[in-house]
Amino acid sequence: MGRVVLVTGAARHLGGLMVRSLVRDPAVDRVVGVDVVPPRRPLLGAEFVRADIRNPVIGRVLNSAGVDTVVHMGVIATPQQAGGRTAMKDINVIGTMQLLAACQKSESVSRLVVKSTSSVYGAGPRDPALFTEGMSPKHPPTSGWAKDSVEVEGYVRGFARRRPDVEVSILRLANVIGPRVETAMTAYFTLPVIPTVLGFDARLQFVHEDDSIAALHRAVTAPATGVFNIAGDGVLALSQAVRRTGRPTLSVPGALLGVVGRALAPTRLVDFTSEQVRFLTYGRAIDTSRAQRELGFSAKRSTSAAFDEFLAGHDLGPGFVSGILDGATRLIATRGAAHA
Amino acid sequence: MPDARIIPLDPSAPRPRQESADKEEGFLDFLRRRLTGDYTVDDFGFDPDLTDHVLLPPLRPLYERWFRVEVRGAEQVPSQGGALIVANHSGTIALDALMTQIALHDHHPAQRHLRMLGADLVFQTPFLSALARKAGHTLACMPDAERLLSSGELVGVWPEGFKGIGKPFSERYKLQRFGRGGFVSAALRARVPIIPTAIVGAEETYPKLGNIAPLARLLGLPYFPMTPTFPWLGPLGMIPLPSRWIIEFGEPVHTEDLAEEAEDPMAVLELTDTVRERIQQSLYRLLVQRESTF
Repeated sequence: MGRVVLVTGAARHLGGLMVRSLVRDPAVDRVVGVDVVPPRRPLLGAEFVRADIRNPVIGRVLNSAGVDTVVHMGVIATPQQAGGRTAMKDINVIGTMQLLAACQKSESVSRLVVKSTSSVYGAGPRDPALFTEGMSPKHPPTSGWAKDSVEVEGYVRGFARRRPDVEVSILRLANVIGPRVETAMTAYFTLPVIPTVLGFDARLQFVHEDDSIAALHRAVTAPATGVFNIAGDGVLALSQAVRRTGRPTLSVPGALLGVVGRALAPTRLVDFTSEQVRFLTYGRAIDTSRAQRELGFSAKRSTSAAFDEFLAGHDLGPGFVSGILDGATRLIATRGAAHA
Repeated sequence: MPDARIIPLDPSAPRPRQESADKEEGFLDFLRRRLTGDYTVDDFGFDPDLTDHVLLPPLRPLYERWFRVEVRGAEQVPSQGGALIVANHSGTIALDALMTQIALHDHHPAQRHLRMLGADLVFQTPFLSALARKAGHTLACMPDAERLLSSGELVGVWPEGFKGIGKPFSERYKLQRFGRGGFVSAALRARVPIIPTAIVGAEETYPKLGNIAPLARLLGLPYFPMTPTFPWLGPLGMIPLPSRWIIEFGEPVHTEDLAEEAEDPMAVLELTDTVRERIQQSLYRLLVQRESTF
């Protein structure tokens, strides 16, 4: 008998990709997607249940479908997606508690895969160059998505303690990027003028949206369980990433960036929460060797390649600057040839 | 975009004009890489392209003309694989570390990049933090030290820290306490040699006569130095005195057979002391040999 997998957050982009990826897997019999809102595109080959994971309905879904694997991707990253920070925190924290409570009661659930984020490591000047899964944050996150994710991971650990028979994996993803996904970072890099923090150059790491789905899928099927860092190889300096977009930058002192962020908040163009500003100041990178060794997963695209695919998808690039330099190169070449 | 280049008909006879055109083209290539973000930085943020072309060149006149640095024992530093350079620290600001970086890059056959372990303060300070990362340096912490050493990098550490560079001129060339021996455990675990290094001359660049403690507290600095020229002469007082330097790389302390001792605090502290003693002895010997301070 094949697997029955339930995916939370299925109406959003990554959740939808995950559902489609599982539908294509012959080892999986049924895929049940759950979300508060209906999906934008129909989830062909899967069932969709419109339910709020914040209420106990989720338990009935688990039992009636005989779900054996739960993939929790329902933690949302920006208040805009939920309609305010309060609703966001509710969905993230209370939603996870309800889901785990239902899993604890369920007799069919034998595996839980949770999509988390590398932002649980925080960001600050005393960080090591690369975080491994066993390190505790030097500057724990104090707000927003990162703090919610820390709390979610805490509840998941509690669940794992109470139900030791359920196999639990937590995937800490670096910033997901790609041609289609929309995140705080993609909004940032598509701004007409990109503000950066004066005097600092953060190290950034990305994982391509398709690679993030491949990693989660691997966590559903692989024998290994545990906490895994997932990212594309290598890092990009923020200044370097911005130059690749071809957009002009504006360097402002870190304290001011928060003010600019609050001023821009009503436009919903971008969100510069204090956590995001810390990240843009100090950056963060994670060590992915455990995922390679134990999970047998390594991202197909490096950080740099994933970022370039994002740029191509948004028609961004340093074309203007290259054009000027091409002109100058031709000028020198013809002058050299004329004298040769 | 690799446009078709025009190849000169007779490449064996480069004319002066052609040479200057090549130079311009090389510069344009550099400019293109920088402006379009087409270069790589490693996991620590080290940017070799920028370090070689922009960060190191302005230090060379200081190294060659001002301090006239003499390098001894460069052959003690392996041409490949991890090794840990441990040196004395002095001179109010960390010029000695920068000069050691130049010495290993310009006067070692393998042109090695020195990856230094820096204090917390460096990575909290705007501009300094960005520069330090680009030049290949990282925070002095066990995971970073081990990662660099075991990936075959040449790592530099100044275990005296602020106690070393901030000590008064009257205590020149007297080694301060060597931290907690963290650098020794890192080298033991990574099984790389430790190279005791003595630097003579840096003490006289900014003779620190006093410390304006309230000002240091106000600015969040470990000390606010008074030298014969600073702050009395304003910005002019920031010019270092042109002392003559010697950087001597000593015989390596091999650690291949000592890996299990990394967990033995007694052994670690003893080895720390050995390294410290060897540097102190080298300093005394070099001071006797030195003909003049300036």
